[in-house]
Amino acid sequence: MRDFTYVLADDVASAGSLVHNDAVARAVQTPDDVAYVAGGTTQYDLMRDGVWSPGTLVDISRLPLADIEVSDDLLVVGAAVTMADLARHPSVVDLDVLRDSLLLAASPQLRTMATVGGNVLQRTRCRYFRDPTVTQCNKRVPGSGCAAVEGTARTHAVLGVDAGCIAVHASDLAVALVALDARVRTHGPHGGRTISVTQLHVRADEDPARDNTLVAGELITHLEIPLPDARSGYLKVRDRASYEFALTSAAVVARVEDGVLAHVAIGLGGVGSVPWRATRAEEVLRGQRASLALFEEAAAAELADAFTVPGTAFKPELARRTLVRQLRDVTEVTA
Amino acid sequence: MSRLSVDVTVNGEQHSVEVDTRRSLLDLLREDLALTGTQKGCDQGACGACTVHLDGQRRLSCLTMAVQADGREVTTIEGIGTPDDLHPVQQAFLDCDAFQCGACTAGQVMSAAALLDEEGWSTADDVRELMSGNLCRCGAYPRIVDAVLSARTAREA
Repeated sequence: MRDFTYVLADDVASAGSLVHNDAVARAVQTPDDVAYVAGGTTQYDLMRDGVWSPGTLVDISRLPLADIEVSDDLLVVGAAVTMADLARHPSVVDLDVLRDSLLLAASPQLRTMATVGGNVLQRTRCRYFRDPTVTQCNKRVPGSGCAAVEGTARTHAVLGVDAGCIAVHASDLAVALVALDARVRTHGPHGGRTISVTQLHVRADEDPARDNTLVAGELITHLEIPLPDARSGYLKVRDRASYEFALTSAAVVARVEDGVLAHVAIGLGGVGSVPWRATRAEEVLRGQRASLALFEEAAAAELADAFTVPGTAFKPELARRTLVRQLRDVTEVTA
Repeated sequence: MSRLSVDVTVNGEQHSVEVDTRRSLLDLLREDLALTGTQKGCDQGACGACTVHLDGQRRLSCLTMAVQADGREVTTIEGIGTPDDLHPVQQAFLDCDAFQCGACTAGQVMSAAALLDEEGWSTADDVRELMSGNLCRCGAYPRIVDAVLSARTAREA
């Protein structure tokens, strides 16, 4: 592990200028040499593996970003709130999709450490990305190729990918957030802004080297989560019963009025290079009479252009079934 | 080499330790304070053998940077009971024969001890889910579940 300087941040603004000024001095776009850290569960691991080697870490975990506020059907969650604390908040306990996306992720120990801001920015778990002895990785070394496409793949993505990179975005929380139309509030070198979670990540088939659209020094300070007037749920399918990343998952937020889907929003996990908002499926469903046949048509439309390699050939079908089952469970329409 | 002084309370005792910024809390405990009851299993957050309490919550010490523990309170397996006065979870693990080789046991006990203070669980299924961050290669899981439920019952009695 590379030697690094550790700085405990006093406030958001000075932490931001520390990271930003370094990036400007080196004329780079992404804040890699100086970076923020909070829970550190992914970053420390990547540093130890030699995959990521920052020179300075700015610890934001003690900034006043650990509050959860509810007002006018909007949940505002500080970026340093832990997954465990958000899952047990009174407004989240009854919001099935958000609660289960948190409680079905990682382990209890990791959930008391990991923050929600870090969770949505987590790096991929692709084993080729996380092994520096692998020379072909377009995410680590742009232009070098993708070892996963030719190698052993299983947990990899089939949507928003091509032969250049099939890394999956492994967050469960972010999948729920895209289905809830959530936003991140940031503080950056040019002030504050709000970004839809659907616009936060960069698809691997667009630029595998870039994970997200934040600029150097920009810090997620809060999540803004609209509380839906709808039923919701999160279904996660995985290789073992607990403490495992998703093979496929579906976050569904839906309201049926007189048999018609008045509101429907869908996130898919385990299949996308980004937390996948299933807009094609939603277009099939929205305003239509809910039925099993319609659910199957919507799921098929979403997975129609999936890019698979031999190891992920099972995924489109599993993702279709996952989505159909979750649509049935949330709407209670079974025929 | 970047070094920083870390003030940390471990099992009620205050320590001031100068550490390399790269040091994990696990290595601080084992190497600097000679508290070797906390085990290093995978050292990458997958097995739970290194579980300790930080400010009362269970965490993985292998994935906690020592510098981030500055000013915090740590409890390790050495701090929750003594041979003459076992923690209820330790007693339950003995009574239920909930370990074989013992490599994971310190982490299991620390995880379960914190779980007793958490809300919203009661069944064996709950225990299996909420102890899923602690792996046991010997496969003592059924007895570990028994031990956690038994410790919960003992506490309520």
